[in-house]
Amino acid sequence: MRKVWDLIGGVHPPENKHQSVKDSVGELPLPKKLIIPLNQHIGAPSKIMVSIGDSVLKGQLLAEPKGFVSTGVHAPTSGLISDIGDHSIPHPSGMSAPCITLTPDGKDKWVEHEGLKNYRDQSPDELLSIIRHSGIAGLGGAGFPTAVKLSPEKAISTLILNGTECEPYITSDDMLMREHPEDIIQGIQILSYILGDPKEILIGIENNKPEAYAALEPHLKNTTTELVAFDTRYPSGGEKQLIQILTGKEVPTKGLPSDIGIACLNVGTAYAIYRAITFGEPLISRITTVTGEACAINRNYETLIGTPISHLLKNSSFNEHACSRLIVGGPMMGFALENLDAPVIKTTNCILAPSEKEFPSPVPAQACIRCGMCAEACPASLLPQQLLWHAQSKNYEKLETQNLFDCIECGACSYVCPSNIPLVQYYRASKGEMRKQAQEKISSDKARERFEFQKIRKEKELLAKQLQRDARLKSAAEAKKKSGAEEIIQAAMDRVEATKASPEDQQARSSRRTARAEDQLNSAQKKLNTLKKDATTNQHEQAAAALEDARVRLDEARSVQGSISIKLPPSMKVDPASAAIEKAKAEAANQANLSSEEKLHNTIQSLTLRLEKSIIRLETAKTEGSENVDVLTTASNKLEEKLAATQAALLKIKT
Amino acid sequence: MALLKLTSPHAHTTQNTAHVMQLVTLATIPGLIALTLFFGWGSIINVTLSCIVAVACEALVMKLRKRPVMFYLKDYSAILTAVLLGLSLPPLAPWWIAVVGVSFAIIIAKNLYGGLGFNPFNPAMIGYVVLLISFPVQMTAWPAPAELYPANMEVPGFWHSMQIVLPILNPDSMVNIATTAPNTIDAYTAATPLDTFKQNNSLLVDQFYKKEEFFSQGRLAGLGWEWINISFLLGGCYLLYRKIFTWHAPLGMLASLALCSVIFYDSGSSTSLGSPIFHLLSGATMFGAFFIITDPVTSATSNKGRLVYGVLIGILIFIIRSWGSYPDAVAFAVLLMNFAAPLIDNYTMPRTYGYSKSRGKSNITKKEDEIDAS
Amino acid sequence: MYDIIIQNPLYSALLALAGLSVIFGGILGFAAIKFKVVGDPIIEQIDSLLPQTQCGQCGYPGCKPYAQAIADGDTINKCPPGGQATINAIADLLDVDAPSLNSEHGEESDTRTIAYIREDECIGCTKCIQACPVDAILGAAKLMHTVIVSECTGCDLCVDPCPVDCIDMLPVQKGLSDWKWNLPSSVGEQLLASKPSGIIASDRSGANTR
Repeated sequence: MRKVWDLIGGVHPPENKHQSVKDSVGELPLPKKLIIPLNQHIGAPSKIMVSIGDSVLKGQLLAEPKGFVSTGVHAPTSGLISDIGDHSIPHPSGMSAPCITLTPDGKDKWVEHEGLKNYRDQSPDELLSIIRHSGIAGLGGAGFPTAVKLSPEKAISTLILNGTECEPYITSDDMLMREHPEDIIQGIQILSYILGDPKEILIGIENNKPEAYAALEPHLKNTTTELVAFDTRYPSGGEKQLIQILTGKEVPTKGLPSDIGIACLNVGTAYAIYRAITFGEPLISRITTVTGEACAINRNYETLIGTPISHLLKNSSFNEHACSRLIVGGPMMGFALENLDAPVIKTTNCILAPSEKEFPSPVPAQACIRCGMCAEACPASLLPQQLLWHAQSKNYEKLETQNLFDCIECGACSYVCPSNIPLVQYYRASKGEMRKQAQEKISSDKARERFEFQKIRKEKELLAKQLQRDARLKSAAEAKKKSGAEEIIQAAMDRVEATKASPEDQQARSSRRTARAEDQLNSAQKKLNTLKKDATTNQHEQAAAALEDARVRLDEARSVQGSISIKLPPSMKVDPASAAIEKAKAEAANQANLSSEEKLHNTIQSLTLRLEKSIIRLETAKTEGSENVDVLTTASNKLEEKLAATQAALLKIKT
Repeated sequence: MALLKLTSPHAHTTQNTAHVMQLVTLATIPGLIALTLFFGWGSIINVTLSCIVAVACEALVMKLRKRPVMFYLKDYSAILTAVLLGLSLPPLAPWWIAVVGVSFAIIIAKNLYGGLGFNPFNPAMIGYVVLLISFPVQMTAWPAPAELYPANMEVPGFWHSMQIVLPILNPDSMVNIATTAPNTIDAYTAATPLDTFKQNNSLLVDQFYKKEEFFSQGRLAGLGWEWINISFLLGGCYLLYRKIFTWHAPLGMLASLALCSVIFYDSGSSTSLGSPIFHLLSGATMFGAFFIITDPVTSATSNKGRLVYGVLIGILIFIIRSWGSYPDAVAFAVLLMNFAAPLIDNYTMPRTYGYSKSRGKSNITKKEDEIDAS
Repeated sequence: MYDIIIQNPLYSALLALAGLSVIFGGILGFAAIKFKVVGDPIIEQIDSLLPQTQCGQCGYPGCKPYAQAIADGDTINKCPPGGQATINAIADLLDVDAPSLNSEHGEESDTRTIAYIREDECIGCTKCIQACPVDAILGAAKLMHTVIVSECTGCDLCVDPCPVDCIDMLPVQKGLSDWKWNLPSSVGEQLLASKPSGIIASDRSGANTR
């Protein structure tokens, strides 16, 4: 006998399973409509592959998996796609979600499919791909895509099959084990192959299922699988709890069973895998228990996925008036449903329709008396009364310290509470609120980051603009200074021109100026030489500068002298202004006599000259890197255009 | 049909708070019977009077808070407090003792803090301590056990006891106190065993036992008181069997009390602090262990915490009994540890599934836990 | 030594007090230097509680300046996007009373809104891009502008600058993934509204959906 550990905490509610195991698993007539939600599993909703009006066959893919953690949905029977849109789904919120509505045509014709003769010929990855595309998700209640669960990062050393079914009233796994034991064990073999032959394979079952035990045991003779029965207690069927009972190990908090090398799957999932691999049948139906006093017939049915719950109830002689509430799932973890048109989905293991006597309406809760019965019942060793206290006062920090997120929401604490406090609702609400706050914190941190970055960016831009403006001002100021100096010199020279006397006088004056400049140069030279012996650097510099100045002045004087000697002219003692006017008049008179052709020639000449000058100016500006490059470029371009235009005009006249 | 929209779980046990309170009240009956056998009708009168006052006070407070009165009375918590306080009072104490004590306990010690489940201190013990400190004379006037009465006095019958408790019933006693001295309680009182033991510092324990009538004929902890304690022990064991509370707090207290007295036991010298049996079976030890410290509202939450709580109470009881000025210390010890209960909770959090060690007060980082757990 | 102390009580008392002052003064001074905290960490803590919408409804250009103002003594009830929850959190942090939201600065609303630009009418003026405090609008001059939904905080600073008024504030769609359970009603509420069966009317169908 294998050693089993005791479940920590736990309660023992009345089992009430005998009502629904009297008959074998029954068949249902086809409903008028099948509503198939796109999201029946944990992960991204499937992607629709069909459109309204398509005619589909049984088992045909309706929506494919989207992303890694996802799986697909298939048509449970042949028929016509009559609608794709929102429809109410079995969810505690009562909200709607996208669904595919299928109207059966009654023919129930299968799509072409075939299984593998020997699955060992394929690699585990290929088998996983088949599983993923067969729409298999965890049938135990959570609906985790099985292909993802079977591709863990760590190696699996223990494979556990969950046949526990610890919740009262539910008997779907029990009946499956009784009626298809060989198939389940075949499925286990496939699983074992996919996971690389783990050392231990265990099937966990509670000792309130002797028939299922007897059905499974003979088929295990030639396998390494061990069937382990243990005491009935709720919630020993929870994944974490089952692992602890069978192996004594605990799944680390916020972790997965694969972290400790364990994989845990429901027996129904193993059966579905068997059918998918061996026959190529996707997951299109499951065994669902219909029970409760409000239904005259309490039985398990092989239900097509998408069957409206009202159809199930009608076939079980449901008495509306006797029913106080309709529960999807078991009495401990199931949720109440209002809209009976919601369909049966992959994770719907039970429809419970109790009478008022079975589950009386809840009485108002009293104050918590801190009796501690909840802490004794908690399978996760939490302190529910502390969690309640902090949930009521919305103290989310303390809830974190008390490990609220390790609560598996099994309901054992609420079950035993003498004050009838709905403890699990407090925890669910608090968890939802904490998750929302965590989300908001992440987005507000991001917003703060972006705001800070924007501030930095704006400052940088401002700084860059500032620098640019300063640089521009500086160069404009320098340009101004330079042009200012030139003007002064020009003015001085003009004055000299204006006041000059006869050329001879000019010559005499300039030669005198040159002589004076030479003298100054010599004296400056002498000063520098005498200094060299014993003087400071400053004085040296000054003397050198003075020498330089003198040299420049000498050059100037010489050049003036030179230009005057060149300009020895035909002395027209004319007033320059009137001379200019005369010149202009003469030119104008000339112009008038010119033919248009000659005029154009002249224009071209003058334009060409101007263009050359402008180009020279542009080149100098470019080498200097001055601000005026743009303006000069525009000017040159305009001149070029004008030149081209005039040349064209000339050409036109010539021809 | 309007289907109810409710959260899981939908099933529930049949147990509720009222049942729990009723069971505890019932479990005090053996002790009450023992008290009546040894000390007369006084206890029953006290308990009844306390119950009436408690229900009245609770109803008054609920009316003031605009809450439905019957709903709150139905949880029997007021009655339980009254019973516990009534049992702690000296039998034949005047009626106003019970009234003042119970009303203080219900109105101030319980409802002022928010009602059931919100009070940090045990209301019955608060009431007892308030009375003990305010009216020491009346609270230390314990009658002698019936067997020890002088020959010429008889144990007060029912009606006589009523008249002692409620002098108004006997107009004569009001008129001329001197002549009706035998009607007052002074005639019947004697020191309790704990008291006499404490006062003794001249005789060896053996000699003391032979001298004092209380301990005559081989009785270990004082005439009457042994049986009373044993009765309360029986009641407590019944509650344990019914799983009303766990063994941690009572066993912790009794074990630590016994251990302390063993450590300090000097085989019966004149300054002895008492043998373990003496401590366990005298005074309010068993009553405190099974009915007072197991009050869930004011004790620690986890089982480990309750064990620590019980142990510390036992130690405190021993200290106050031995070196304090009061003969019996259960009430004070319990109130002191009520102060400490939140602190004890902080340090005795149980290890949650999936964690390698209890987190206690400090926040161990997830990384550490994962490394340890894997 | 003992005798001296006995005989001169006044002086010894003075000496004792002076000595104690020196010792404790020294410890305090040492602590003030060695354990000196640079800056005011309270501002960071307050800022981490604010919702970071950077909307300016509090009167300050962003959440950090408001956090600074609070640290300098401003009232804590000026933030409408944060709502009462934020006010309570800040009050907890600063150990003061939690006033209700100052309606001068805006109203708290339950639904989050996101900006949406009607692209047909957008003229590409970049005024909204400059106004957005978290750079949640994508676009450039003379090119189409559009709001990056995941980054928009709903501060609605972009609505006013738009010259063609093409920006709408639309409520965020609440889907199945946003649904969560409500807390059960408190004991007092349950009893005050109690029907003979003991359950309040809102427990019946339709009430717990949000």
